[in-house]
Amino acid sequence: MRRHIARAAATAAIAAALVFGSAISALACGGLVAPNGTITLTRTTTLAAYHNGIEHYLTSFDFSGKVGGSLGSITPLPGVPTKVIKGGDWTLQRLELEVNPPTLERTDFAAEAVPAAAPAQVLLRTQVDALNITVLKGGATAVGDWAREHGFFLPPDAPAVLDFYAQRSPIFMATKFNQKRADAQGITDGQSIPVHVVIPTPNPWVPLRILTLGQQPQSVVQADVFLLTDRDPAMLPQAIAPNGHSDQQGTILEKSGWASNSLMSDLRSDQRSKWIPDQPMWLSYLKINEPAADLTNDLAIDASGYGHPDPVAAGFAFPAIPPVPDGAVGARTIMWLGMGVAIVALFARRRISAWAVRTR
Amino acid sequence: MRLKRRGTAAAALLAVAAAVVVLSLTAAASPPPERTVYVTIHFSHFDLASLQVSPGETVRFVVTNTDPIDHEFLVGDAQMQQIHELGTEASHGARPGEISVPAGATVSTTFTFPDQLAPGWEFACHLPGHYAYGMHGPITMTT
Repeated sequence: MRRHIARAAATAAIAAALVFGSAISALACGGLVAPNGTITLTRTTTLAAYHNGIEHYLTSFDFSGKVGGSLGSITPLPGVPTKVIKGGDWTLQRLELEVNPPTLERTDFAAEAVPAAAPAQVLLRTQVDALNITVLKGGATAVGDWAREHGFFLPPDAPAVLDFYAQRSPIFMATKFNQKRADAQGITDGQSIPVHVVIPTPNPWVPLRILTLGQQPQSVVQADVFLLTDRDPAMLPQAIAPNGHSDQQGTILEKSGWASNSLMSDLRSDQRSKWIPDQPMWLSYLKINEPAADLTNDLAIDASGYGHPDPVAAGFAFPAIPPVPDGAVGARTIMWLGMGVAIVALFARRRISAWAVRTR
Repeated sequence: MRLKRRGTAAAALLAVAAAVVVLSLTAAASPPPERTVYVTIHFSHFDLASLQVSPGETVRFVVTNTDPIDHEFLVGDAQMQQIHELGTEASHGARPGEISVPAGATVSTTFTFPDQLAPGWEFACHLPGHYAYGMHGPITMTT
């Protein structure tokens, strides 16, 4: 089951925007939520590169001092990251250049498997420039509690969205902007902070529903998702072919083919990008352009070549065994325990009866 | 002797009738019994779609918030709801029918409705974005 769930996860980051303090940062991942609950729609860009069982998830956090509040985000991850470090300086921009004239912004999602209750467990704390990053493990309620207690503002759809992801992966990355460090480091408005999350996982996955967080149902979510894989990946839902119209809605597969040598060479030459394999890789470029009300799924990917992306990863099905609810022993667990006790009792009774007959 | 018996019976009847009148008057004057309405909030939605009350009815609302985010439960007419939607009151609890319901908490409030309700009475949450997300329901009065 874990494997199943893990497959479903890959790179995605839930961007639950949060507002706290009094300085602002914008997130790469998804929506920004201002203190009054309104959302600033941004186009987000994410790279999920997958090689040798390792997901490299790159996104960036944009800083803007124009808003009077501090923002943070919660990103669902498909598994426990082994490290969270600063990403290449311009990897995402170079990818945009490859497929489009550059547009700013980006999105993140991540997901993984099953939550349990209790308080959220802090797995990792780190800093990337002016960002304070905390990787958490816990159910939707636990993570929501942690976020609230740490000054994150969660929009009204956050409980449902967090639960949607926690059903499959209890790993979340909470990111908070530190205004004082930004000032000390000379980070200016509009400057991005790239973050690179390294996640061992059986298959990549990109959370898309997280992009709807805090959005009005009719708001159109826009995101650019890049995938770099060893071979042509299978995806669920299947992306649609572009029709040439800029207002085309849905998950559109704008490009699918071997990445050019120049692109791979450029990517490898970026700062902190030695992780990019020195071999040909398949580049998929997906453009997300969909009303929030319709974007109720994630993007499941099978990069193994078997062509079977996981419906659970896509959010079309629940894990076969529901996760243990927050703070409680699962009813199914109790049921199986009860059945086990009953079978043992029945077996023991027969043995005793047989022994009694023999000894008469 | 017979007359005396008749007189006694009439007096008894009179007493019973008087008692009935007094009791009925007392009953009419006393408010209807308090009703308790349990409301659960889950995924930023009330499990109560709408509420119907009697004229002058007193209702005790017991509101449980199962979400990891805070909510409110505010009972009032359209004008009151509008004030709260635009207002900045951080927390509620001092006035009947207006409570903040912190994450994971159960809070109660008792509210006596007037004898008549104008259209627009609702129960609602006015934290940023919550009303628009659907956290409200109509309150009507039985005729």
